[in-house]
Amino acid sequence: MEKYQVTNLSDRRIVDALIAQDPDITIDDALENEMIINMGPQHPATHGVLRLVARLDGETVMSVVPELGYLHRGYEKMAENMTYLEYIPHTDRLDYTSTMANNVAYVLAVEKLAGIEVPKRAQYIRMIVAELSRIAGHLVAVGTFALDVGAITAFMWTFREREKIQNIFDRIAGARFTTSYTRIGGVASDIDSEAVSMIKEFLDQYKQAHEEFEKLLNTNRIFIDRLEGIGILPKEDAVSLGMTGPNLRGSGVEYDIRRAKPYLYYNEIDFNVPVYNEGDCLARYFVRVDELKESSKIIYQCLDKIPSGPTMANDAKRVLPKKEEIYSRMEELIHDFMLVNFGINPPVGDVYSAVENPKGELGFYIVSNGTGYPWKFKIRSPSFCNLQALPLICKNQMISDVVAIIGSIDPVMGEADK
Amino acid sequence: MMEINNLIVEKLKSLGEDTVVETSDFRDDFCVTVNADKIVAVAKLLKEDSELKFELCEDVTAIDWAKRKSRFTIVYHVLSLKNNFRLRIKANLEGSSEEIETVSSVWSSANWYERETWDMYGIKFLNHPDLRRMYMPEEFEHHPLRKEFPVMGIPGSVPLPKQID
Repeated sequence: MEKYQVTNLSDRRIVDALIAQDPDITIDDALENEMIINMGPQHPATHGVLRLVARLDGETVMSVVPELGYLHRGYEKMAENMTYLEYIPHTDRLDYTSTMANNVAYVLAVEKLAGIEVPKRAQYIRMIVAELSRIAGHLVAVGTFALDVGAITAFMWTFREREKIQNIFDRIAGARFTTSYTRIGGVASDIDSEAVSMIKEFLDQYKQAHEEFEKLLNTNRIFIDRLEGIGILPKEDAVSLGMTGPNLRGSGVEYDIRRAKPYLYYNEIDFNVPVYNEGDCLARYFVRVDELKESSKIIYQCLDKIPSGPTMANDAKRVLPKKEEIYSRMEELIHDFMLVNFGINPPVGDVYSAVENPKGELGFYIVSNGTGYPWKFKIRSPSFCNLQALPLICKNQMISDVVAIIGSIDPVMGEADK
Repeated sequence: MMEINNLIVEKLKSLGEDTVVETSDFRDDFCVTVNADKIVAVAKLLKEDSELKFELCEDVTAIDWAKRKSRFTIVYHVLSLKNNFRLRIKANLEGSSEEIETVSSVWSSANWYERETWDMYGIKFLNHPDLRRMYMPEEFEHHPLRKEFPVMGIPGSVPLPKQID
């Protein structure tokens, strides 16, 4: 290893792993030197703090080793030292482009563990906010992906639309990004008529905005030529590498948890699951664009079907009481004190609950020992698992295409690093 | 639902009567606890059997039971796209053992999950092709998700870059 003069232990082991991927390669021509380059963690195209170490032959990538952990905050350790209620705000910080979807995923896991039945209206509200979140997340994904390959206008247009969704979240939850909207047993507050009209107004004009940016990209010769046939992930590899979400469906596997194992009330909703068979960057882009349309279809149906009723479960021992009741009644004050200080005490056991997030399957594995704190808490984050395919699909691609491939996989490092 | 649960247990028993230690079905999550020595054979059978086809390994992690006799349990979540069924496999490590055979030769996705488990719990996955730490720097000596590691961290345990005057 003297050849590379790497003194730091972590870096030396990265280089070892890089060489081990293809130990047989020797380059005969003296002028054609191989090169090891470092990309990130501070690089605008890596969508956060992803670091790649690539081994190049000329401009061709021979192997690449992704290095994670620059945003590791120890959320699994923190969860073991918090009550289930206290942890809700931390779920915002996982996939920070679609905060509401994470909130929903987390409370669904805890409700499954504790066995809490949630009112139908609350579930419908959760569906609406989760799908709005999916639109916001995919708009970021598509916009920054286009930006990575050089199309700047599309980025501006998608972020303009996303801004409107953040305003709706501001109205519903009181915050644009750090929403923390869901509660165990329901949602923090009901959606009012103004929020509903904001959502309708957004959806009505979104149709046209969507067509506009689709026209800008889908018929763009440069954009298509740049992505077609780049970073092909075959179906078998996508499954064996544990890909989920749009990346799996871009490789021709029709698996969407909303359809396969419906949670919330997705079984009452009519929607398509877009699947493309090519497995290249363009296919992954098309899946996301089609899902944007499907999500707005779902929200329309939710708004039509949403029943009236309570938005919090009636379960005094495990669901937080309303603020006005805490201030006026003794029982509620006691329950609030017990819930906040000692937690909801779910039964002994372990559950795994997974939902379809914009990036893929977000799962929570919780082991409870009957106290208010989880004994073990594991986040199965889709970005982490999707990044694992990078070494395979970057192989034999040009170095400039690596940027396009990262964009098409759409990792969010807040989630990948936990 | 019941049929596939029984089918899985039946198929696993073909690897020997001691393969399946126990089964549980809490909140409709079907879980099989298997003998840790046979984990690779179990994984291979689950993936390759034409009726089961658990092709997608979603997650590998460990549980630190701290004071129990067998301290660590390794947990696998696998999905069968064919049957639309998710299975949890558990393997209890004997006594204070911290080693288990890797399943990354069966499911390539397990590669990173096992690296993460090594980083967080210090479980050695034997024959793993690239067992580096996932998140923490290589010089770090502790495994943070073990119960003895304090939440506030250990001062001085993470090496910082050298100060340049």
